Amino acid sequence: MKLKGRKIYKGVAEGEALVTREGISFYGGVDPDTGKVVEVGHELEGQSLAGKILAFPTGKGSTVGSYTLYRMKKNNLAPAAIVNEKIDTIIAVGCIISEIPCVDKIDVAELKTGQKMVVNGSEGTVEVK
Amino acid sequence: MKLTPEEQDMLNGKHGKAAKKSMEILTTLGEIFDANCMVDVSSVQIAGVSYANLGEAGLDFLDEMAKDGKVKVLTTLNPAGMDRENWQTLGISEAFATNQIRVIDAFAKMGVITTCSCTPYFVGNVPHFGQHVAWAESSAVCYANSVIGARTNREGGPSALASALTGKTPKYGYHLDENRHGQVSIKVAAHVTGTDRFGVLGKIIGDKLIRLGKNTPFITGIPSATVEELKSFCASVATYGGTALFHMEGITPEFERYPKPSGGAFEINQEDLEKARFTLIDDELEIDFVSVGCPHASISEIRKIAGLLKRKKVTKEFWITTARPIKRVADEAGYSKIIEDAGAKFAADTCCVVAPIKGRFKSMIVDSAKACYYGRARNKLKVKIGTIEECVEEATK
Repeated sequence: MKLKGRKIYKGVAEGEALVTREGISFYGGVDPDTGKVVEVGHELEGQSLAGKILAFPTGKGSTVGSYTLYRMKKNNLAPAAIVNEKIDTIIAVGCIISEIPCVDKIDVAELKTGQKMVVNGSEGTVEVK
Repeated sequence: MKLTPEEQDMLNGKHGKAAKKSMEILTTLGEIFDANCMVDVSSVQIAGVSYANLGEAGLDFLDEMAKDGKVKVLTTLNPAGMDRENWQTLGISEAFATNQIRVIDAFAKMGVITTCSCTPYFVGNVPHFGQHVAWAESSAVCYANSVIGARTNREGGPSALASALTGKTPKYGYHLDENRHGQVSIKVAAHVTGTDRFGVLGKIIGDKLIRLGKNTPFITGIPSATVEELKSFCASVATYGGTALFHMEGITPEFERYPKPSGGAFEINQEDLEKARFTLIDDELEIDFVSVGCPHASISEIRKIAGLLKRKKVTKEFWITTARPIKRVADEAGYSKIIEDAGAKFAADTCCVVAPIKGRFKSMIVDSAKACYYGRARNKLKVKIGTIEECVEEATK
């Protein structure tokens, strides 16, 4: 299955999907030094985002969240790629400064945690293997 | 998006790594928001300065950009987490101070004027009517768009920095006439005066806009407003409503420029105002902290505080937060001596919203509805809104 979305940031990444129906706030909601979600009560609380194809509807929270993604990248704990339904400026800027492939306008409900997939940020596609 | 040859060169890396990264940020945002082209900006205001918010992550990024990045237009900076000269007196730790100075130095290296103020329009970053700018700091964005009639979107820290390093911003949102129309009429049928009451009015309107899912209120019924009252209103309506632009009949420069919103007006009466004021006064207050200057105090406000504090002594921690250049004017005018002799403290470069004061105080009295919001949310304080006179009275009783 190959889904066509919109290019946000270039690059190709292959990995295992981690999918949530909830928004993610990187500032305060994710610990950049462990790569884990720390937002209390979040569907992904306690899970590591490192190396995953992270799929969620949209970002939320403070603009400082872009810097959290950057820190995760420096720590080798960033997601391999990000897939959104509707991109927001925090995630977009975070992916650009951290050089994380990113695609939006993808129906996240079509993706499942654990699936192997390839995100092509340059073409704006998500291919489920 | 159509780029000029110069913009294309920046994107291709001919102007260095920082300009390339900046142009990537701006073109991507432009594509997301359907901008056709870039527009030149005459100035930038950068937010995201407090080390408490940025952390090592933000600092890493700033250091990377500072390697070859230089600002192309006048660029000023939001408040930091501490007063650069007076931090020890204000109880800031040495570890925090060291890191905060690293952040400020990174901005200075790029040519940013480190004003450390949320009121750039008081310290030389003053656009004129119709000019395009790229400002972060929600209260200053609202002031620039509404009170001055300049044009800016609500930028975040990285996007504002990107505009500073390129002199460009994607032309969408509030840069275009079609997005500056009033969307909802608000009729104020109450007597509103003082920074505190204007802040309360901003909260009522901001809350209303969120409930309606609308932006850009067209406000009638305010016969006059001072710069300080408008500053307080901007901060509040931006905090509670996410508002970047309002029109106020007879007060703001664009109120006649666009057709008035269709549909009836929402009315705010005296009772609404008083009810909303009481939502900004918590129960079981033990006031041990007084703060005036959110957004940063003007010289006129400092003059007023000096008048009220003459020959008095404060009994509680009392901060007057302001821009350092305004503090210097206050020094020369003799106001600072009166204020400091009374035992109150200037906290230049910073404010009660971004300074790391969580856990130090129980309850705070302020004249700002914005400070009430962040005092509760960020610093876990109980709050009371009051006039400047009430703040000084509380500090000296």
